[in-house]
Amino acid sequence: MKMAEPQDMSISKQVHRPVYEIARLSKTYASNKLVALTDVNLTLHDGEFVSVIGSSGCGKSTLLKIMSGLMPPTKGRVMLEGKPVTGPRVDIGMMFQQATLLPWKTTIENIVQPIEIREGKAAAKAAYGKAQDLLSLVGLGDFANVYPGELSGGMAQRAAICRMLITEPAVLLLDEPFSALDELTRDFMNMELQRICNETKATAFLVTHSLSEAVIMSDRILVMKPRPGRVVEEVTISLPRPRTLDMINTEEFGRIVAHIRDLLDKEAMA
Amino acid sequence: MTYSSDDPLTDTVWVENVSVIDSMPRWLAMTLLFVGFVGTWEIATRFGWVSPIILPSPGETLKDLYFVGQNLLSGGYMLSALWTTTQTVFWGFVIAISIGFTLGVLVGETKFGERALLPYLVAIDTMPKVAFAPLFIAWLGFGISSKVALAAFIATFPIVVSTAAGLYAASENERMLFKSMGATRMQTLLRLKLPTGLPHMFTGLKIAAVGVMAGAITGEFLGGGTGFGALIRQSASQMNTPRVFALILYLSLLGLLLYFSVLWLQRRIVFWQKENQSGTFG
Repeated sequence: MKMAEPQDMSISKQVHRPVYEIARLSKTYASNKLVALTDVNLTLHDGEFVSVIGSSGCGKSTLLKIMSGLMPPTKGRVMLEGKPVTGPRVDIGMMFQQATLLPWKTTIENIVQPIEIREGKAAAKAAYGKAQDLLSLVGLGDFANVYPGELSGGMAQRAAICRMLITEPAVLLLDEPFSALDELTRDFMNMELQRICNETKATAFLVTHSLSEAVIMSDRILVMKPRPGRVVEEVTISLPRPRTLDMINTEEFGRIVAHIRDLLDKEAMA
Repeated sequence: MTYSSDDPLTDTVWVENVSVIDSMPRWLAMTLLFVGFVGTWEIATRFGWVSPIILPSPGETLKDLYFVGQNLLSGGYMLSALWTTTQTVFWGFVIAISIGFTLGVLVGETKFGERALLPYLVAIDTMPKVAFAPLFIAWLGFGISSKVALAAFIATFPIVVSTAAGLYAASENERMLFKSMGATRMQTLLRLKLPTGLPHMFTGLKIAAVGVMAGAITGEFLGGGTGFGALIRQSASQMNTPRVFALILYLSLLGLLLYFSVLWLQRRIVFWQKENQSGTFG
């Protein structure tokens, strides 16, 4: 496997400005003195797709909560767009395992919900045009006035993507967004997500349990291990973009998966 | 029937066994049970298995049903008694909802409410609440207010519990979503937790609707006055069993009306809740 240095990336891909910068990040839970994260360093560049993978308890959820401003770090520096993250921010978009659409609101009302919370009903109404454009982008153009109960799991997650994008966030934080979907839908949604990220030039950070998902989606993968939670290796994926599902059958893909599995297995047996 | 299984053109169709009883439509099942019940009742009284003072015949009951119905329709004294009870039930329900909802929000939303209030509420809830009736009569007199108080007292607790439970119903991810959107505590309460908890709250309201009826009638049994409960007690003390039966049947109409009003409201307000989750009757 080729462990590309940042300057190597400039050959295939132009080096972009850093969007999200984390340095020397540690988190110790006060209640049980558990060291959830220790010395995490991470930079997300503009337009980059980075994943984190690891067994449960490796601190990836903690990392995501700190990155989303839902939890303060114990030590270290967490900066988005040059400003420290000290709480939830409008330029952070989030997506969860469940679509978490409110069932009493129509799809489009759900999508403008972040605007309604921050700026009120009038601003939310004014964003309907933009919401409709986003719905068309994810292929839900005809479903604006449908209630979430009538959407399939995959459609609901597409709507959740729109809700995440409506505030034009600088970074997308994705917490196992498709893991509740069946495998075929999941593969398809990942390709859709790639297309959407490409069209919106998004910078994304994905937490996942799935090795193949991490490899097919990412420019880089952080492999994390527990006790204490830390990044043990950063793997650069040099598969060309746009990625396609049949790349799963390539030798390169197999090599990367085998390498990461090897890293994770050592932990599982330890 | 025998299949010539050697012939590849023969279908192997078979019919699933569904019992006649289970495949009956609701109206037929209900009618059948009713006819069976009244028939057994008729037989039991006609052959003198039970004394008519204990159990009057269906015919006797029907006669009284007619008599009471006529009195009600002609605006007789029974109608004014029913009106008194209706008012008791109505105000009892209104008070139970206001107090129950407020306490439920305190318990479900604030740590203080959960820690300080909840233990006392649970303690009172385990007491037989009807035992408080003499107290309410002593405090509020023999008028309608002591009955309203007992009805409200009984109906409050299911509303407290269901409101508090409803506020816990929003998932961890939904709370995180609202937090990440920068929602204030009030916004999270009003736009996430309360709407999410509505199905729970309506379950509590339906239990309370039954409780408020029981409270009102118990109050009228014990505290006299001019309500339907007092009429029932008078008829019972005169051994007029058919009249008691008839009065109870009309009273149950009031209970049904209240219950189905709540159910109707639930269907309108919690429109996103699937039919099978709210149930045909529940």
